[in-house]
Formats: sequence, structure tokens, C-alpha cells
Amino acid sequence: MAVIHEIIAHYNHWIIIFLMVSGLYIVVARGNMIKKLVGLGLFQTSVYLLYLSPGKILGGTPPILSPDYSVYSNPLPHVLILTAIVVGIATIAVGLALVVRIHEAFGTIEEDEIFAEDEDE
Amino acid sequence: MIAANLPALQVVVPLLGAVICAFLRRGAVAWAITLVVCLVMPAIASTLLAQVLTSGPISYALGGWRPPIGIEYRVDVLSAFILLLVSVIAAIMLPYAKRSIEQEIPADKHTWYYAIFLLCLCGLLGMAISGDAFNIFVFMEVSSLATYALISMGKDRRALLAAYQYLVMGTIGATFYVIGVGFLYSMTGTLNLADMASRLAGIENSRPVLAALAFLTVGISLKLALFPLHVWLPNAYAFAPSVATAFLAATATKVAVYLLLRYFFTVFGASVIFAHLPTTEVFLLLSVAAMFGASIVAVFQENVKRMLAYSSVAQIGYITLGIAIANQAGLTGGIVHLFNHALMKGALFLAIGAVVYQTGVVKISDMAGLGKRMPLMMGAFLVGGLSLIGVPGTVGFISKWYLVYGALEQDWWWLAILIVASSLISVVYIGRVVEVVWFRQASGPVKRATDPPASMLLPTLLLAAMTVYFGIDTSATAGVAGLAADWLLAGIR
Repeated sequence: MAVIHEIIAHYNHWIIIFLMVSGLYIVVARGNMIKKLVGLGLFQTSVYLLYLSPGKILGGTPPILSPDYSVYSNPLPHVLILTAIVVGIATIAVGLALVVRIHEAFGTIEEDEIFAEDEDE
Repeated sequence: MIAANLPALQVVVPLLGAVICAFLRRGAVAWAITLVVCLVMPAIASTLLAQVLTSGPISYALGGWRPPIGIEYRVDVLSAFILLLVSVIAAIMLPYAKRSIEQEIPADKHTWYYAIFLLCLCGLLGMAISGDAFNIFVFMEVSSLATYALISMGKDRRALLAAYQYLVMGTIGATFYVIGVGFLYSMTGTLNLADMASRLAGIENSRPVLAALAFLTVGISLKLALFPLHVWLPNAYAFAPSVATAFLAATATKVAVYLLLRYFFTVFGASVIFAHLPTTEVFLLLSVAAMFGASIVAVFQENVKRMLAYSSVAQIGYITLGIAIANQAGLTGGIVHLFNHALMKGALFLAIGAVVYQTGVVKISDMAGLGKRMPLMMGAFLVGGLSLIGVPGTVGFISKWYLVYGALEQDWWWLAILIVASSLISVVYIGRVVEVVWFRQASGPVKRATDPPASMLLPTLLLAAMTVYFGIDTSATAGVAGLAADWLLAGIR
């Protein structure tokens, strides 16, 4: 019983691990370059949750000083993740731009077709 | 006023330069602005190093917020050494860049090239100077995103594929780094590296901290192209514009090695890393595998840039070997090889860049007879090649001397033999090029080739001359590297 309670109490970590591993799996298993980027985005997003979930304190309020409250949630993870989201958007944007150029140059975005074409050169 | 703000200027000046370049339309003007930035950088870096050597580490509170609350820029012997390395290489290569870029990149993209180059420089310098774990991540991504764009500007369409592959692997590496930092943050509640180190005392062996160490090690190893996480590197170096390859090969992986040193020795501490964990065994194995595996693959390459790229993977093996040996001599060898490898690989890639500029040739078999046509450039190539092998009188010998010395101090005589044996493989791949270049008759486009104009010739010859100079007078390089090694091993936090 204690074990099950332990597992349920850490449900946020299970969600994070599930998202993280499925994102990485998509990156490795898919040959389509857009799908790979989707997996990469999922992988990065799971890390946002890894930062945000420990920042929340049960019963805590947003960190605005007030005599009525004494328990505050940690705001720093939100600030960090705001930066990380921007970085993530930039990464995906550069990745998508590269895929557009690859499509122009090779006529396909499937990795196996591109490598087959590459062998012929 | 300016003297007190030098650490911030080191990062802000290239960032401003990048913004200005992005708004320009004429490549020559962007080049001139980049040149000014690149000449200011070594001046700042050498001033910082001199200050650190006379009066100890500099702590700079960014925006006036005191660490550990605010972001701290921290300059110590090692980071000042890396700052100087990156900025000197950038300054030497920039005059070369102008002609090479004019030929390899369409005219409407010249300003973008310089803007992105400056962003890359800003990110690399930021990684080396920042004392804040998350700030380092941001700079890592600034430099990585800029690197992807630089690589994709190569003429060959396969440059796009190389950039895409690097983007996927580089992002996974950076995300692993953030996961590691996230664990450390949730355990210590701080992002300042010095503060983190003191708060880690007592919980070093708890599971989240060890998980953080694992994620950080894998993430940073992807960035520094530790064997077998190097697969992005050969294509990226082979298809990027010549001068971008030379700059990245000389600097980007070095800054990642610096991060690894920083986390291993100053955050976790040598006692945690080496006493209870199999770090030594893992890094010894991977380094030796890189030294042999990548060198053997290099022997069979047809494209000379790819050959040098695989050789880079092997040379990174020597640097991480210094970390694995982890005594004063070994660590000195690893750190001094950061600098030495940057000099010789820079000279080699610039020499090849000039061959591409004059003839368009990248295959080794097509380079026949170049020795007579481009004697100065091929002479620089020869010096760089001899240094890769580790011939006495070149910088490569100095690094390997310290590494062998460190290995013998640990009583690992077999490792000393392996270091020498792996050097012999580089005799084969360098010898192959030398044979084709100097002892065969010229044919095809090579026949009309000559040494390139002075703006390309002088930077290459300067790097080659430095390869020899610092191979004879080691007091500056090995001296500072030795100080940095002492400092790392003392575990000063």
C-alpha cells in the first residue's frame, strides 16, 4: 500500500518521464524530419514541467507580499522556463527553416529517401 | 568605469555587433564592424587574464544584483584562458574570412554571416565567463543556434542535412544539460555555481545529485563530441563554409570541455567525481576509443575536411584523457591541448580553406602537386600535420609530453604506450596527404593554383608560426594551464 501511495504521490514525475521518453522515442524512431522536430519539442516541453512542478508549494500563493499569507510558491522556475520556452521556440524555428531548405534542395523530407539520394552522388 | 565592467563588455560587445550587422546591407561594412569587435575581444580577454593572474578571480555582479541572487560573471585562471583562446582565434581568422566568404556565400547573405558569427562568438564567450548554471544554458543555445545557421550556409546541399542532424543532437545535448541543472536546482535551491558547490556538501551521493551529474556529463559530452557522441561532427565540419569550420573546430568543442572541467572539478569536486564513481574508467575507455577509432576512420577518408574532422574527434580524446588521468601533469596536458589543438587545427583548416578558395578541390586524390603550386599554404598544412602527430618542436609534442608524464605518474605505462601508438596512426593520414601534395604531378585545376592573397595567407601562417613558437617556448601556455590544473585539483570553490 505504501508503495502505491508513493507512486501516486509522485504522479507529476511520471507524467514528465512519459513525455520525455516518448519525445526522445519519436526523435529516434521517425524518419520524417517534421515529426522528429515534434518529438524534440515534446522532449523539451517535458523539461519545463520538471522545473515547474517542484516550484509549486501546496497551499502556497503567488509570491506577492501580503499580511494574509505566509506560504509562497517559488517564482524563479517560471522565470527560467519562460527563457527556456523562448529558446525552445527559436530551436524549433531554426529546425523548421532548415527542413524547408532541405525540401527545396532534395525534394523530400524523409530521411531514408534523402540518404538513398545521397548515395547516388 | 570601463575597467570595472570588462567582464560584461566581453559578452555585450559581440552581441551589439551582431545586432548592428543584422541591420546592414553591405557585406564589407559588416565585415569591418566584425573586425573591430574581434580586435577588441582579445584586448579585453588579455586584460582580464592579467588581472586574474595578479589579483585572483574576478566576480562581477551583472546589473548590480549581488550573487548568489543575481547572475554572476566569474573570471578565474581557466575561464580567462578560454576567453583568450576563443577571442584570439576569432581575431586571427576574421581577416581570412572576408575573401573566403565572398566566394562561398551569396552576396546578399554576407551581413547575415557576420551577424551570426558574432552571435556564435558571444555565446561561446558567455559560456566561458558566466558563473550561473542557467545563464550558461542560454549562452550554450545562443552559440549552438548560431552554429547550426553557420553550418547550413555551406555551398553543398548536404550542409543543410549536417546542420539539421547537429540541431537534433545538439538540442538533445542542451536539454540533457538543463535536466541536470534542474535536478541540481531542486536539490540546492541555487543556480550560482560557487553557491551550488558549497550547498552540495553533504548530499553529493544522494540519487538526484548523481542523476544530475549523469545528465550533465552526457549533455556536455554531446556538445564536445566525445566518442561515441561525435556523429554530428564530421558532416558538420565537412560541409560548413571553410572559415566557419576552422573557427568551430578551434573553439566550439573547447568551450564545452571547459564546462565539463568546471562541473567536474569546481561544482561536484574531484573527490566526488573520481573517488566513488567509475568516471576514470569510463573516460579512459572512451578517450582511448576516440584516439584509435576516430584516427583509423580518418585514414580512410577521401574528403580532406572530413579527414581533419575525424582527427578532431581523436584529438578531443586526448583532451578528455587528460581529465581522466586527473593528476597535475595529466590535467595540464589536457588543458594545454585545448589551446594547442585550436592552433594546429585552425592552421590546418585554414590551409584547406585556401585550397578550396583557389581550386575548389576537397578530395585528397585531386590535391596532387599542390605542394609546388601553393608552397606556403601547404607548408602551414605540414606544420599543423606534424603537430597533430606530436613531433618535437611543435605544440602537439608538448601536450602529449604532459599526458605521457601524467600517465606514468599514475603508473599506467600501458596508457603511455597507447598515447604514442595512437600518434602513429596520425602519421598515416597526414602522411597520405603529404605524399599526394608534395610527391605527385599536378593536374586539373591544381595546375593554375597559386598561394592566396595576403589576407588569407597571413592568418594561416600566423597560426602555423604559433604552432611552432608555443612548441618551443611553453612558459605562457603550459604555465597558465598548469596554474589552472593546480587550481582545479585544489578544489577551490
